[in-house]
Amino acid sequence: MSNSEQKTPLVVLRNISISFGGIKAVDDVSLDLYPGEVVGLLGHNGAGKSTLIKILSGAYEADSGEIWINGEKAEINSPRDARDYNIETIYQTLALADNLDAASNLFLGRELVSRLGTVDDARMEAETRKIMARLNPNFKKLKEPVSALSGGQRQSVAIARAVYFNAKILIMDEPTAALGVHETAMVADLIKELKAQGLGIFLISHDTREMMELCDRVSVMKNGQLVGTERVEDVTEDDILSMIILGKNPKREAA
Amino acid sequence: MTQTPSSSGQSPKRRESAVSRFLNATELDTRLLGMVAALAMIWIGFHFFGLFKTGFGAFLTPRNLWNLSVQTASIGIMATGMVLVIVTRNIDLSVGSILGFCAIAMGMMQVHILPQYLGLGHPAIWIITVIFGMAVGTVIGALHGWLIAYLAIPAFIVTLGGLLVWRGAAFLVARGETISPVDSTFALLGGGPYGAVGAMGSWIVGLIGCAAVIYMIIAGRRKRKTFGIPQRPVWAEYFLSALGCGVIVGAVLLVNSYYWPRGIVRAYAAENNIEIPEGGLFISHGFAIPVLILLGVGIGMTILMNRTRFGRYVFAIGGNPEAAKLAGINTRWMTVKIFALMGLLTGLSSVVASARLGSATNALGTLDELYVIAAAVIGGTSLAGGVGTIYGAILGAFVMQSLQTGMVLVGFDAAMQQIVVGSVLVLAVYLDNQYRRASK
Ligand SMILES: Nc1ncnc2c1ncn2[C@@H]1O[C@H](COP(=O)(O)OP(=O)(O)OP(=O)(O)O)[C@@H](O)[C@H]1O
Ligand SMILES: [Mg+2]
Repeated sequence: MSNSEQKTPLVVLRNISISFGGIKAVDDVSLDLYPGEVVGLLGHNGAGKSTLIKILSGAYEADSGEIWINGEKAEINSPRDARDYNIETIYQTLALADNLDAASNLFLGRELVSRLGTVDDARMEAETRKIMARLNPNFKKLKEPVSALSGGQRQSVAIARAVYFNAKILIMDEPTAALGVHETAMVADLIKELKAQGLGIFLISHDTREMMELCDRVSVMKNGQLVGTERVEDVTEDDILSMIILGKNPKREAA
Repeated sequence: MTQTPSSSGQSPKRRESAVSRFLNATELDTRLLGMVAALAMIWIGFHFFGLFKTGFGAFLTPRNLWNLSVQTASIGIMATGMVLVIVTRNIDLSVGSILGFCAIAMGMMQVHILPQYLGLGHPAIWIITVIFGMAVGTVIGALHGWLIAYLAIPAFIVTLGGLLVWRGAAFLVARGETISPVDSTFALLGGGPYGAVGAMGSWIVGLIGCAAVIYMIIAGRRKRKTFGIPQRPVWAEYFLSALGCGVIVGAVLLVNSYYWPRGIVRAYAAENNIEIPEGGLFISHGFAIPVLILLGVGIGMTILMNRTRFGRYVFAIGGNPEAAKLAGINTRWMTVKIFALMGLLTGLSSVVASARLGSATNALGTLDELYVIAAAVIGGTSLAGGVGTIYGAILGAFVMQSLQTGMVLVGFDAAMQQIVVGSVLVLAVYLDNQYRRASK
């Protein structure tokens, strides 16, 4: 993305802060994301990564700061608002209703309905079958509650839900944490494919190598604050690791 | 990960027993079968207990079973709403008191207020009264839901408070007096010889029911074919059709074999100038109106739970409230709606209960919350949330009412009844836990 600077950013998070009972979980963080770009978020446990993206996905409301989408100021006060901006999220916790089957989870909150207004389970199941065939061909347990699925299968359902509805902005909070080697590779391919389609993706992961491979830029957080954002071609894996561990940006220190 | 060789070497496909093959083919719910078995045991147990004790088994008679069906209606209607409340991890301890308050409110309306303006016996009185009663229940339920959802007071506390508040309010409104008599059309909603649809009406209901069973089985097959879901074997389909229709026809025969008491027949004959023949005049009760109300509520609530977005959200909230919220469901507003619906059904139940009694007292519905919660839990509604069925709750209501009726028939006193009902509730939750662990 050499010319990304000329385009309007898809997302701008400006001076976002939120605290929980005195703890500043996110402290004055600014980030941007361009179409067709993958921005990685790194940082130790509790650094504030999930909290930051939950503000974008409408799960939390920021105490201060602004969100801009496509160059316009956006009001995101609920998950529904985020959806209206074509933001889809894979939550770290997956956010699945364990007692419902894969199709009901995939369409939760936007069920397909028949002309009578009743939920069309058969059509939802057929659609789920289709998308799961793309993401995880081994997935067969369509009729069972997702509590009966393995961790990786559950994760596939959460990914399918985010991908199905033609998002423009995709947030993936540790999407491969529970996946096997093969499934992880499939998700990596999926990310590349979606990126090529022009989606903007925020990706959170603890796997620095994976991040170096998939992301265009990486941002590192520590204790709620942004340590720095770098293009992956400008830094080494060691640079990123030291940013995470020391909370200092080696390039800026040198300058 | 699935490739790890297992040292035990157990073959994955164990030989299935005939019973489990039968259950797989018919896709009958083992839990449902368990409840039916429990019901049969209670019925037969009380019948023979009575037979040995007094020489007369009073339980398995058309008269008793017909009364049982009427008595179940009030609890059953509320139990369907309690399913939604418990599925969403809440509880409603106030239904008995709300029922009492609605009854008093309706009593005031139809006895003291409406006749003043419309004149005694005006045909609109019962309609206005019923709508009024259900509206009162809905408003109270919505208020509870609002306190729970928007002020974040636990449902247990809100409805425990409501249990006292509405019982007290019912007493204040009527100053402790019994309000009677209710409007004569209103009274029909409680059952009784005139409040039943008769032999012909029951056959019509039964035939519609059989047609619906067969239609559902055929439509189910067609749907499975369209979407490539494996079919049940044909013999299983025939078996299920026969079973469904058999139960319906059996119920019709049962309610039609319970005849009007002789006194009422005589009065009726005199009024309509009918000559009573030699062997006596036999007029069937048929299905009681409250039973048909319960049936309608059961069908409506089942559609609501399984076929609408509202029902889907109820289950989602029960399964994972956080996930439901993140999926864009307004969980607070849902809570208000669920409690309002519970209130509406309590109002309807109050119609049935006070119509059956023919009057309104402020004690009406005392301890009903216990029966209603027990019915829902016995019917498979999990207190952990997320799981429950409407038909289960109605069957659960039948079980609770059968116990109650049986104990009265064999002469247990009130203290003994309380001990049994309380123990059954605890036992039911224990068995439910065991069942869930086994089926995991
Ligand atoms: N709902 C909440 N209430 C109170 N504190 C919270 C809440 N959510 C997050 N926090 C706190 O905010 C901080 C940031 O948490 P967050 O989940 O964003 O970390 P993270 O960077 O995603 O960590 P991980 O890598 O472990 O997922 C933590 O200290 C956490 O305890
Ligand atoms: Mg996190």
